[in-house]
This record gives sequence, structure tokens and C-alpha cells, in this order.
Amino acid sequence: MKILVAVKRVVDYNVKVRPKSDGSDVDIANAKMSINPFCEIAVEEAVRLKEKGVASEIIAVSLGSKQSQEQIRTAMALGADRGILVETDSELQPLAVAKCLKALVDKESPDLVILGKQSIDGDNNQTGQMLGALTGMPQGTFASELENADGKVKVTREIDGGLQTVELNLPAIVTTDLRLNEPRYASLPNIMKAKKKPLDTTTPEDLGVDVAPRLQTLKVEPPAERQAGIKVADVAELVEKLKSEAKVI
Amino acid sequence: MSILVIAEHDNASLKGATLNTVAAAQALGGDIDVLVAGAGCGDAAQAAAKAAGVARVLVADNAAYQHQLAENVALLIAEMGKNYTHILAPATTSGKNTLPRAAALLDVQAISDIVSVESADTFKRPIYAGNVIATVQSSDAVKVITVRGTAFDAVAAEGGSAAVENLDTATDAGISAFIGEELAKSDRPELTAAKVVISGGRGMQNGENFEMLYKVADKLGAAVGASRAAVDAGFVPNDMQVGQTGKIVAPELYIAVGISGAIQHLAGMKDSKVIVAINKDEEAPIFQVADYGLVADLFQAVPELDGKL
Repeated sequence: MKILVAVKRVVDYNVKVRPKSDGSDVDIANAKMSINPFCEIAVEEAVRLKEKGVASEIIAVSLGSKQSQEQIRTAMALGADRGILVETDSELQPLAVAKCLKALVDKESPDLVILGKQSIDGDNNQTGQMLGALTGMPQGTFASELENADGKVKVTREIDGGLQTVELNLPAIVTTDLRLNEPRYASLPNIMKAKKKPLDTTTPEDLGVDVAPRLQTLKVEPPAERQAGIKVADVAELVEKLKSEAKVI
Repeated sequence: MSILVIAEHDNASLKGATLNTVAAAQALGGDIDVLVAGAGCGDAAQAAAKAAGVARVLVADNAAYQHQLAENVALLIAEMGKNYTHILAPATTSGKNTLPRAAALLDVQAISDIVSVESADTFKRPIYAGNVIATVQSSDAVKVITVRGTAFDAVAAEGGSAAVENLDTATDAGISAFIGEELAKSDRPELTAAKVVISGGRGMQNGENFEMLYKVADKLGAAVGASRAAVDAGFVPNDMQVGQTGKIVAPELYIAVGISGAIQHLAGMKDSKVIVAINKDEEAPIFQVADYGLVADLFQAVPELDGKL
């Protein structure tokens, strides 16, 4: 089985992002960048499938600026075999990303495409589902368990009421939720080895994809601030305040 | 303007999130149709017809839609969607699963999780775990949108009298199958609809200790939630997670117990009307958003709270 994994370069999850003072965009000029946590889980799942002998090759794909090579190298240090960067400095929205991935799927014919369910910058939660639509593949979104079974894949999904299991024909798309696995740390020898793995570069133009944004960001602003309230001395005071002041119980 | 709202339902009943989504549709203005795609979903359709502000309920009652598999329902939405200016669904796991797939079939860049309608093509939505609110304008012919329920007051569930029309389309992609589901059974209210929510974090130490929260919850008619840390540690199941990637709640009263207050958790509850935090660490960031903070050992404070209610 051949697996394609998508990885995104995002502001590290520990960084608290703020809007620029003119409200034109977010201020991330010097922010630490990392692989999107959900994408890291996607890479780990692919590597586990390879270790189980289910997968034969893992291709890590990223889209974005030249620096996105770092996240592809991270994926290769975790166990991906080769990488493809779709290089562009344009703003990429999920539909454009899905179209580029569709072009790569047509070229590489993977049996499984694993993506994070959302990236922690745009919080869109769309790309996997869109890729499903464009390729005609079934989708197992928000996966907490993945099982390979006779030319099909069984996916347990985290849904609002609990868990749902679906069976998908291959090729299929899976998007990862938090509980799918705990990604390993890349070892130093593997980080060194990753530097020698092949990394091809292409562009949206080469893939024949128009990535022009359909959504224009008019402004960004901080959310309404909540003021810290008061500290109460004990449970009795808490109950009293909730009854007489806040009137919520 | 003509708006199609995708109903959230389980065939037997209509889910509350649908009513919040109809409210967002009303903010746009225009005729509102509701699509109920399911199998044996007549009761859900009847409930949708009673919702305030709905003009027509379109029912696609077919085995292909029984479990609302995204592959099948997205085909239906894309086929119907060409006749509308806006397609809205609740930003629940169901809406998030299906709507982007339908959007791509329509060659539309979907707009996720809106919290306000500025105009027919301009919306506000949170990004970066709710640390930033972006105002975005769509240039697509059809706007395909998921709606954050807590940001819109639900329309009345009763009082409407929409016409119910049956659709005879069946779009079965035949590439996926439903195997089964494990749904949490609880007599308590649903997390996203509850007026009071009490959540536990890593400080709860184990799943058994959540019993303390259930006891308080039952006295307050509350739902019980959890932080990601508590879910990851296996204390409680994933459907209880409140936060950026879990459920977004905005109850009248939110009680955070043994939760430090990571930004990902705050993103899921900071629009609650009144927030109470009980934590033994007085430096915990949760106190920065709490209206009432109690620095105390939860193993003493929670039973005491239980006793005083």
C-alpha cells in the first residue's frame, strides 16, 4: 500500500497569536513554526502502517513557502520515504490545497491519503473532505482508530455523540483526530538520514491549479476580552455569589 | 436570497443545533428551506416544519441517507445547492464532515464556523483557536457555511408551519458503509445545549472521581464536560471534550474543576455567561477568565459544593 500524507507548516501551538495593530493580518513574523499537530499524527499513523507491513511507501507532501521543506524533513525523520513540496508564496485556502493534492493523487495513485482533520491556524477542517469530493474517494474524518481489512479500511470516527465506525473502499481518505496515536520523537540518526531522502519541488502552476483565494480577509481583530472576576474565600461564598449576585443557580 | 439549511437529526428527532443554524439564516434574510436527509426521518422532518422561520422542509428519505454518510449526502447537497445562494449547516461533527465535501463538488471555498453574519457575503469566524476573529468576504456564487451554534440564539422549536415536500432523488456513491456506533447514553442534557456545564480536567486524577461532578451536575441539571487532558488520559470518553477541537459550549454557568485553562480549552468555553473555576493552583490561567475563582483542593471543595446545593 502506498500512502500520501499531507503536512502543514503552522505557527507552533504554544504561541499565542495576536492581530497586527492595523488589523490587516495576524502578527506571526518571528513566531516559532512547527508541523501542524494533527498532521504529525497523520505521519505517525502512516509510519505505523509501514512498520506493520501494510504500507510500502510513504510520501509526505506540503504546500507553501520554501520553508515548508522543514516540515517535510520532519515527516521524513519520523519515517516518510520521500517528499514533495508544492511551492508557492500565495495564500492557500483549503479548496486550492485540495486541488493541488488531487493533482498529486492523480500522479502518485496512493491507496490511502492521511491528513490532519484541521490546521491550528485557519481552523477550517475542510481539506480532507474536499479532496474526497474532488477525487471521488470515500472519507473517514476525525479518526481515532484505523484498521486495514481486505482491500478496505475500517475507520472509527470521533463524533458528537460518541464513536462511529465506517468501512471505506480503497483508495480512501482519512483525517486524524487527537486520539489516533501519540507521535514519536524523531531520533537524531533519523533526522540525519532524513536530510538525504529525496524531496521534489513542484508548483501549483505545474500542477495546473489556480490557487487564487476565494475568501478575502477584510480584517482581523482580537476576540472580546473577558475580565477576570473575583476570588471567593470558600465554597459557601461561591454558592452565595452564584445565587444572589450572578443568579445562575 | 434563498437559503438551504441542512438539518442535524437522528431520523427520530431534530437536533437543537439546527435551530441555531436557522437563526443564522434569518440574519441573512430570505426564504429558508430545510433539508432533512435520512431514512425513516418523517418525525425529524415534522419537527423541522414546526421551527420558526422555515418556509419549506425538503425530505430526502432513502436508505442511502440512513446514517448520513458524507459521500452520499454531499452529492445530494451539491445537486440541490445550485438553486440556492447560501447553504448552511451546523458546525457539528456531522456538518463539518459533510459540508466541505459538498462545497468542493460545487467548486466553492466553504466558510467554517461563522460567529456572525455581517452581510450576504461577509462573515466573522474565529481562527487560531479563537485568539483572533477574522472578517472574511466570499467571492463564490454560492456561499457554503458552517455555523457555530453558540453564537446564534436558537429560533423557536414550535409555532412554525412549513410545507413538507418529498424529494425522490437518491444519490448513493456506493464507496462507504456504516458499520456501527457507540453513542454515550445519558439522562443529562447535551453538552452544547445545557444551561449549566461542569467540566473536569487533569486534576480529577481518574475517571472514578468524575462521579463527584456527576452528583453536582444532577443537582444543577447540568451536563458534564472535560478538558482534552482528561480525555487523553482516558478518564472519560472523547464526546465530553470541550475545547478548540472538541465541543464549543456557551452555557449560563460553566464550572471548571481541576482545569488549568490551556488556550485550546478556553476557546471552547470562554463565551459562557458566568465562569467558575476551582483549582488549587492560584496561578492557573483559568482564573484569568473566571468570574468567580476558588483556590482550593477540588477533593474537598466539590463534595462541599454538592452538600450546599
